[in-house]
Amino acid sequence: MNWYGIRAIYQFEMARTWRTLMQSIASPVLSTSLYFIVFGAAIGSRMGEIDGVSYGAFIIPGLIMLSLLSESISNASFGIFFPKFSGTIYEVLSAPVSAFEIVAGYVGAAASKSIILGGLILVTARFFVDYEIVHPFWLLAFLILTSVTFSLFGFIIGIWADDFQKLQVIPLMVITPLTFLGGAFYSIDMLPDPWRTITLFNPVVYLISGFRWAFYGVADVNVAVSLGMTLIFLVICLTAVWWIFRTGYRIKT
Amino acid sequence: MEPIISVKGLNKTYAGGFTALKNIDLEIQRGEIFALLGPNGAGKTTLISIICGIVNPSGGTVRAGGFDIQRDYRRARGEIGLVPQELATDSFESVWTTVNFSRGLFGKAPNPAYIEKILRQLSLWEKKDSRIMALSGGMKRRVMIAKALSHEPSILFLDEPTAGVDVELRQDMWKMVHSLRESGVTIILTTHYIEEAEQMADRIGVINRGELVLVEEKNTLMQKMGEKELSLHLPEPLQAVPESLADLPLTLSANGSQLVYRFDIKSSDTGIAEFLRRLNEANIEFRDLHTRESSLEEIFVGLVRGARKEKEEQLTKEAQG
Repeated sequence: MNWYGIRAIYQFEMARTWRTLMQSIASPVLSTSLYFIVFGAAIGSRMGEIDGVSYGAFIIPGLIMLSLLSESISNASFGIFFPKFSGTIYEVLSAPVSAFEIVAGYVGAAASKSIILGGLILVTARFFVDYEIVHPFWLLAFLILTSVTFSLFGFIIGIWADDFQKLQVIPLMVITPLTFLGGAFYSIDMLPDPWRTITLFNPVVYLISGFRWAFYGVADVNVAVSLGMTLIFLVICLTAVWWIFRTGYRIKT
Repeated sequence: MEPIISVKGLNKTYAGGFTALKNIDLEIQRGEIFALLGPNGAGKTTLISIICGIVNPSGGTVRAGGFDIQRDYRRARGEIGLVPQELATDSFESVWTTVNFSRGLFGKAPNPAYIEKILRQLSLWEKKDSRIMALSGGMKRRVMIAKALSHEPSILFLDEPTAGVDVELRQDMWKMVHSLRESGVTIILTTHYIEEAEQMADRIGVINRGELVLVEEKNTLMQKMGEKELSLHLPEPLQAVPESLADLPLTLSANGSQLVYRFDIKSSDTGIAEFLRRLNEANIEFRDLHTRESSLEEIFVGLVRGARKEKEEQLTKEAQG
């Protein structure tokens, strides 16, 4: 195992985060805090509880998940796309690093950033809204699992993308709508049929539901199903990455 | 002694059907400077890219430092440093960070003293904290060389190392290449500047349309394929080559004041004495003479043109059935 290689990629990516602190950390924390201020502190006090949880507290898991998903994808996709764009990918491809080590470096760094970001948002939320964490272990588990899975997904997008526009398409046009419609701001039990049934085809529903269960012990779908769906998506992403390195898709001619 | 690079039956056909390399066999000895020459699109970069692991081969085997580049890729790649043709750098990083990154990527423990040594050798030490984007093109090229050397490779590939650099830097690069060779590094370079190969290489390989046309010791090549010219400057210009000398390999300059006699270097009888005797008989006087050996560039152009002509003739024959 080339530990120095993994560390080099990891540190290189993390250094980029510290260099662009305003964009990487401050900006998503600030934009999520605005949701807490508007929907939690201001409007939330005039809204009723959902499943016994105040509205301001209810939206916290969904909002953290929104940041987690979009930042994991953005960080990981940019991390591998930029060397392809600038041509520096030659160095990674010619180095004695395996596909696993490359992925561990890039995805590990992107997931680390997301976990740090999730933690910061959680702490920031406390300034505006009261909340509790019933299952802290599972909260951490969902945080890590989601960050790693969607960083892998971002890595795949970064390999696939051949221009900057494509990097933005999935986070903005797919992930954000799926999160907004996946129960970030409401319980899917509040939806009439057939919308409730249709919503169950949205994979983000399971992520938010599982994450909310870790906070408050209440969920739209069984937590085991949430965990299972997340793991299935993780396996799909791992398989896609394995195929990319096996075939050299868009990285090797 | 086992060659440091051994290429056997290497082929590369891209997805679009273009064949970039055709059955390449090549051995490079430890400690030599090998120049790979060829026109644009000949397959030089593809060959290097396959050896370095950037491009997948379609067939054949490659060993670097005694290790198979696919089965034992970690050890094979650990032996190799690559300076690619394009100036691909991490613009926002400092020189120090990017060179240390390269060392780590190749699985080597941090060694600030060694990195300092190569940065000093490449006159980059004063710029170690500068962002790469702030450096000149020549400095960026040095950074790429520093990155390639950061993990102490025994083989260094230089793909067009002096493309777009000024004369002074080119001279510096040549010195650096020689000093690297003295330290035991095997150097393989591709270049458009034939003069560069002539100055530096021990052996020359010529590649054209994906085929290795020849591999030869530079001196042998120049001796074997080179021609010499004897030029006579005439006080009275001639209208044409006299009838009495028509059977000799002579050419007359456009203004008729220079008569050029071509002869084979390796021939035991160059025919110079006979030419001068017949010149005297024809009452042609000359006021000055000098000889000139053909350059590697002329040999290279001749080889590539020869290969092209041969190919065209073969295609014509095939078309005629």
